[in-house]
Amino acid sequence: MAGSVRLKDHWGEQRLFGRRIIAATVVILLLVGALFARLFYLQVVKHEYFSDLSQGNRIRIEPLPPSRGLILDRNGEPLALNRPAYQLELVREQTPDVEDTLARLVELELLAADDLERVRRLIKARRSFDAVPIRLQLSEEELARFAVNRPDFPGVEVRPRLTRHYPKLGTGVHAIGYVGSISEADQERIDVANYAGTTLIGKLGVERAYEDDLHGETGYQQLLVNAQGRRVERVGLSTPELTRREPVAGNDLYLAVDARLQQAAEGALAGQRAAVVAIDPRNGDVLAFVSTPTFDPNGFARGLSYAEYAALSTDIDVPLYDRALRGVYPPGSTIKPLVALAALQLGVERPEARRLCRGAFQLPGSSHRYRDWKKTGHGSVDMHMAIAVSCDVYFYGVSAEMGIDRMHDFLAQFGLGDKVGIDIAGERKGILPSTAWKRGAFKQKSAQVWFPGETVIAGIGQGYMLATPLQLAHATAAIAMRGQRFKPRLVKAVRDARTGALREIPPEPLPAVEVNDPAYWDVIIGGMVGVTNDPWGTARRAQIGAPYRIAGKTGTAQVFTVGQNEKYNEADVAERLRDHALFVAFAPADDPKLAVAVVVENGRSGSGTAAPIARKIFDAYLLPPDQQAAAAQATVAAPAPEGEE
Amino acid sequence: MRIDIAGPGYSSRAQRTLTVSGRVLEALHLDGPLLLAVLAVCTAGLVVLFSAAGEDVGVFLRQAARVGLGLGVMVAVAQVPPRVLRAVAPWLYAAGVLLLVAVALVGDIAMGAQRWLDLGVIRFQPSEIMKIALPLACAWYLHDRPLPPDFRTLLVLAVAILVPVLLIAEQPDLGTSLLVAAGGALVVLLAGLQLRYILGLGALLAGAVPVLWHFLHDYQRQRVLTFLNPQNDPLGAGYHTIQSQIAIGSGGVFGKGYMNGSQAHLEFLPERSTDFIFAVIGEEWGLVGLAVLMVLYLFVLARGMYIAVQGQDTFCRLIAGALTLLFAVYIFVNSGMVAGLLPVVGVPLPLVSYGGTSMVTLMAGFGILMSVHSRRKLVAT
Repeated sequence: MAGSVRLKDHWGEQRLFGRRIIAATVVILLLVGALFARLFYLQVVKHEYFSDLSQGNRIRIEPLPPSRGLILDRNGEPLALNRPAYQLELVREQTPDVEDTLARLVELELLAADDLERVRRLIKARRSFDAVPIRLQLSEEELARFAVNRPDFPGVEVRPRLTRHYPKLGTGVHAIGYVGSISEADQERIDVANYAGTTLIGKLGVERAYEDDLHGETGYQQLLVNAQGRRVERVGLSTPELTRREPVAGNDLYLAVDARLQQAAEGALAGQRAAVVAIDPRNGDVLAFVSTPTFDPNGFARGLSYAEYAALSTDIDVPLYDRALRGVYPPGSTIKPLVALAALQLGVERPEARRLCRGAFQLPGSSHRYRDWKKTGHGSVDMHMAIAVSCDVYFYGVSAEMGIDRMHDFLAQFGLGDKVGIDIAGERKGILPSTAWKRGAFKQKSAQVWFPGETVIAGIGQGYMLATPLQLAHATAAIAMRGQRFKPRLVKAVRDARTGALREIPPEPLPAVEVNDPAYWDVIIGGMVGVTNDPWGTARRAQIGAPYRIAGKTGTAQVFTVGQNEKYNEADVAERLRDHALFVAFAPADDPKLAVAVVVENGRSGSGTAAPIARKIFDAYLLPPDQQAAAAQATVAAPAPEGEE
Repeated sequence: MRIDIAGPGYSSRAQRTLTVSGRVLEALHLDGPLLLAVLAVCTAGLVVLFSAAGEDVGVFLRQAARVGLGLGVMVAVAQVPPRVLRAVAPWLYAAGVLLLVAVALVGDIAMGAQRWLDLGVIRFQPSEIMKIALPLACAWYLHDRPLPPDFRTLLVLAVAILVPVLLIAEQPDLGTSLLVAAGGALVVLLAGLQLRYILGLGALLAGAVPVLWHFLHDYQRQRVLTFLNPQNDPLGAGYHTIQSQIAIGSGGVFGKGYMNGSQAHLEFLPERSTDFIFAVIGEEWGLVGLAVLMVLYLFVLARGMYIAVQGQDTFCRLIAGALTLLFAVYIFVNSGMVAGLLPVVGVPLPLVSYGGTSMVTLMAGFGILMSVHSRRKLVAT
């Protein structure tokens, strides 16, 4: 070894090694001593105690499941409760022949034959001494049928357990979610020991996202059981120390959702495939979160039969699909106020500058005609007017001059093209197109090229651009707050089950949108007020009779592409290929309390279909109950105008 | 100096020439006493396993096949002279580290941890190689350096130990990483690590506990907490400890009799044929059975240390001593865990628990011991 001046001393090293071996021997002997002291303690001193535990009488540890936290609306109205129900449970180690037992339960029609495979897997996944729920929520008649045959089924027992109940049925189901039996996949994400007595777990929405809060802590009690597994009080003279720990109930959740508003919105959408998201722009509280058609979540807690589930999942209107969170739609003209703001901020256009609309737009050097929704054109329009009448030609020009990448970077600040970050899982990002996006989205080189025409139609929210109703509501709230943004949230407070203390979750601000001149906001908000208040505004009927001012924007999203020289003829187009109707709005315009996005699939017209729905929601939230009926009267009568926005 | 603890078959030239088996053993470079003791432990293990696995003949035969495979590996390794082992040591270590890196990048995830490397035909855990490769590499490095090692040597060794240990801890497999670390540390200790370093390291470790705690996975913390108070979580992590203590305690002095352990046969005792088989012995054979097993183990240890002391050079002494003491560590970690003296870590009872990987590694270790023994110094120095 370099630098070493020491030489190897073989004789010394051997002696050193010998000493170490002797030391190791001493340590080993000490360890043997310690081990045998422990074994002596267990096998001789405490032998009788452990013998009692193991032989003849054994201790079974029975879990005591906690009661699940309640879900209440912002005013304390219950949305998810617990209710006692009877369920069938099987303990593998006490069942002589599991297969035969299951087969006989099917014979008695206490178990569905097509459910057998799932039950089998569930039993295998749990430990042999766990009571596995094989059938939830028995009816009275089924209960009686089992009681008669009870002696033939050792190891199977009927147990009263708390089950989940949703008193308002489908109301808010896409926000609240539902619970169902713990599946194999669920086993992966839970602490199995803490779920030893639990049968239901959050599958979707708030029930899933806040599972840790809602579930609580499982308690246990030690039971004395005989060799057959039956509970006994004592045997002989010895009564082993039996302990019991009480379960701790789950925490109650207070939603930001207002059940009354939620129901009003669901009522307004009845019969439609549609979504509404209503947000308090001042703090991000989601006051209504609607996707229709809805479905009754109570079936999931009870355990749906195969046929029931098949009916739900194959329904052509896909009720299980959360349109508010996961539905992506072309935003259509609802994007125009944001494009206008981008034009102001980037210096592309001044508010008072006018552009001439003759009903179509052409890029220089191209023959392709981009048509306005109004065939005859809007004439000379400034920015306010362009928003109020939803002039397409104005925005074709503005966006062509702005360029897609600058548009992308500005609109991204409003949360488009990315998850907004609501507190339940499953949100989709939508698409906010840019040249970089297109390069990443397509495999083929030729498909990656960005065409100028694609920028033109992006200006009116068509083409690649897609957004969820949640994103649209969030962006509208940001306009209402002049750039200030909050993360949307469904849960606003948690009541701790142990202490009873209510913990408010503070609103979470997101990076604000900054513009050079605050007056820019006045221009686009003014345009949106024009939509509902100017004599030529596209949604002027939505304002009639309302004691507050609405700032809104209509939109229509094409599902069906019309050829260059054809005319869009509604009668020819099948119902499901008709345009989607959109409306985004906030009110009161000068003191925003509610921002709303309405999307009605195949609703044809933003102003005719979507805007009246938004009006009903504003009325329900902003007006005292006695005025609501009168206001509703005023809007119903007006007929749909020309087939426009 | 002459050490007089010689085994049968080697005590005198006359006896050696007389016995046929002695000649066969010598030709195969095997050590009779060690072989006998290992075979005795394996046989006892198979007997216990048959009961622990619920009289499953398939399990019994598979394990018997593994014992056979292990013996084959042992005989094969015994043919390799120590100087070849020494030459191979650094390469084996390097290969082991590379494989660990490969696992970190492409390994399969089994039971929530990334430990297995799939080579098409066989899947194995590179961490298992390290249990032997690390002590070999440490002994190789110390072989021609003056002992006790100086500070620079110690620093190099510390790095050599920490690299694989951290890679394994990251998988995450805390138990194995600590055992691998023990393998390296034992070599250094036997090489004569000065007392001041030992005390200093002890103090450092004590100070590092709160920091380490911070880096542990939830389930690992749970195990430690449950060890401190098993009643805290009787349905989850504490279940193993409680049931294994009931099994051992209810066995008493003489046990409930073979195949009569109610804890094991009524499936109250988890992992009864693998990590917790020690409790099955305690339940069915009692304190007496455990004492017999421990005597067999101690004989293996004594013979191993005898071989180490007889080693012809530094490398032989260090590797033989370290592997023997590592075997002791396995025994005490497993039995301590089952008896409730240590937290639950996934360490099998050596040569007895059901499972193939550890069997092969252990037998390879015994092969090294035998290789060292058959080339021991014949003349006392």
